[in-house]
Amino acid sequence: MTSLPSLSTPKKLGLVIDLDVCVGCHACVVNCKEWNTGGYGSALSDQHPYGADVSGAWLNRVHTFEVVPDGGELVGEAGEARIVHFPKSCLHCEDAPCVTVCPTGASYKRAEDGIVLVEEDKCIGCGLCAWSCPYGAREMDLAAGVMKKCTLCIDRIYNETLEEADRQPACVRTCPANARHFGDLADPGSAVSIMVAERGGVDLMPEQGTRPVNKYLPPRPRKPLAASASALQREEGTEGATGFFAWLDGVLDRI
Amino acid sequence: MHPAPSIIVFTTLSGLGYGLACALGLGLFDPAALATKAGWVLALALVAAGLSSSTLHLGNPQRAWRAFSQWRSSWLSREGVMAVVTFLPLAASAWLCVVESRYSVVAGLIGSALCLVTVFCTAMIYASLKSVQAWHTPLTPLCYLLFALAGGCVAASFLAFCGAGMSPLFILAAVILLAAAWTARWFWRRRMLDMRPLSTPESATGLSAIGRVRLFERPHMTENYLTREMGFKVARKHAGKLWRLALLVGAVVPVVLLFFLLIGSAQPGWPAALVAGVAALASLLGIVVERWLFFAEARHAVMNYYGG
Repeated sequence: MTSLPSLSTPKKLGLVIDLDVCVGCHACVVNCKEWNTGGYGSALSDQHPYGADVSGAWLNRVHTFEVVPDGGELVGEAGEARIVHFPKSCLHCEDAPCVTVCPTGASYKRAEDGIVLVEEDKCIGCGLCAWSCPYGAREMDLAAGVMKKCTLCIDRIYNETLEEADRQPACVRTCPANARHFGDLADPGSAVSIMVAERGGVDLMPEQGTRPVNKYLPPRPRKPLAASASALQREEGTEGATGFFAWLDGVLDRI
Repeated sequence: MHPAPSIIVFTTLSGLGYGLACALGLGLFDPAALATKAGWVLALALVAAGLSSSTLHLGNPQRAWRAFSQWRSSWLSREGVMAVVTFLPLAASAWLCVVESRYSVVAGLIGSALCLVTVFCTAMIYASLKSVQAWHTPLTPLCYLLFALAGGCVAASFLAFCGAGMSPLFILAAVILLAAAWTARWFWRRRMLDMRPLSTPESATGLSAIGRVRLFERPHMTENYLTREMGFKVARKHAGKLWRLALLVGAVVPVVLLFFLLIGSAQPGWPAALVAGVAALASLLGIVVERWLFFAEARHAVMNYYGG
């Protein structure tokens, strides 16, 4: 049934993505494709994978943005511009428009944990769910003719045959910078919820009314280069030395 | 948005077919006339061609029957259900007219009402998408309904001059509805051109606190499903010209031609039928261009992530 769960789901499993930490290496993108092409549903196909016009279905992509401080056009005019790497996958919205537009019942949101999934045997490949998603989280698999999307690695997170450390989405497990975190955002005591509260995690496009579960942690304010340089100067100072080194410091000062 | 030919054919032909069926269902024509019978066959053929065209872009059309199941939440499903429900009175009316040369008020009027409901459902598929701001307005169903009715009345005027029965009412209605439809569409386009985008690269990335956001690198070099489906830009630069052309062909030409037929009190016969036929073809061509623009000019929120 493509109506949304009538009550708020008891768990809200999702991701917290730290834009301060992401280095834009695309490891999450590749590992997502690797895991999901052999996992849930049909394989994630590519078209002309060795040709000039290669394309394919991916569930996670990293965009890169340049952010220029207000009032600045030239580099350094109003502060430094910065590059922000921006991983994006399904946000498992609470008011997921992709679920309610589905004419066949293939698209659904799980009442128990809020994960948004596609039942591929029911999907007719009309593409309306991809049109309804403002985030571009859904991509059609052109070989199978069905819609593909992030499953939050549902075949990992509940999979008791895996080591406990591996029961996380592939993108989270593989991230070398720890920019992606997985957890229950309905539980205010969970690590992800605390992270969101402390760092001021934000929703993407809140004006679209989708109430995404995934949150993004904004980049921390950048330290000017001079701030780091002054720390280097202090290395000539000897304040704070104790014991033998304090005595040695005193002796060397006197002779 | 990518103006897929199958969707343009679907909305244009099914809209025209339902509009014509709606006009015929009023029972103003002589059910024994050959032109009326041909009109019913034409209306059903247009609807059938439009609906079958809509299945062409499906990845798995063999499962299309499942689309009747989610009418509680999905406008696409409601459209499918209403298309089937509407087919029953339309088929009954067509049978009565073509085979028995009769008209039934009950089947006719129920069919006419359901035609409008189905066109409304078609329009709501687009109007319900908040991600495409240009479509997300009550003006979208208004335009679809007016274009269906106008197209139907222009086609009915053509049938009237072919001998289906003299009814200046249809010609007058066609002129008024054509003017109303293109005026509504003008307001629709004005709204689209004037609106402030609901979502911006800043709101899409949540980075507005740091400054202005612009795309530095796409996730990949080549096009993908999203940019092909929602990042349509080709020939958008001709949008203004195409819009004026659509107005000329779809509004001015048929209105002027029908107006002359009306004030000249033209009688059924081939000269008047020829003029009305040209008006009907011009109106159809205008609606095709209008529908192309409806898709090509609409911008999807996801393009905030792709710099387009």
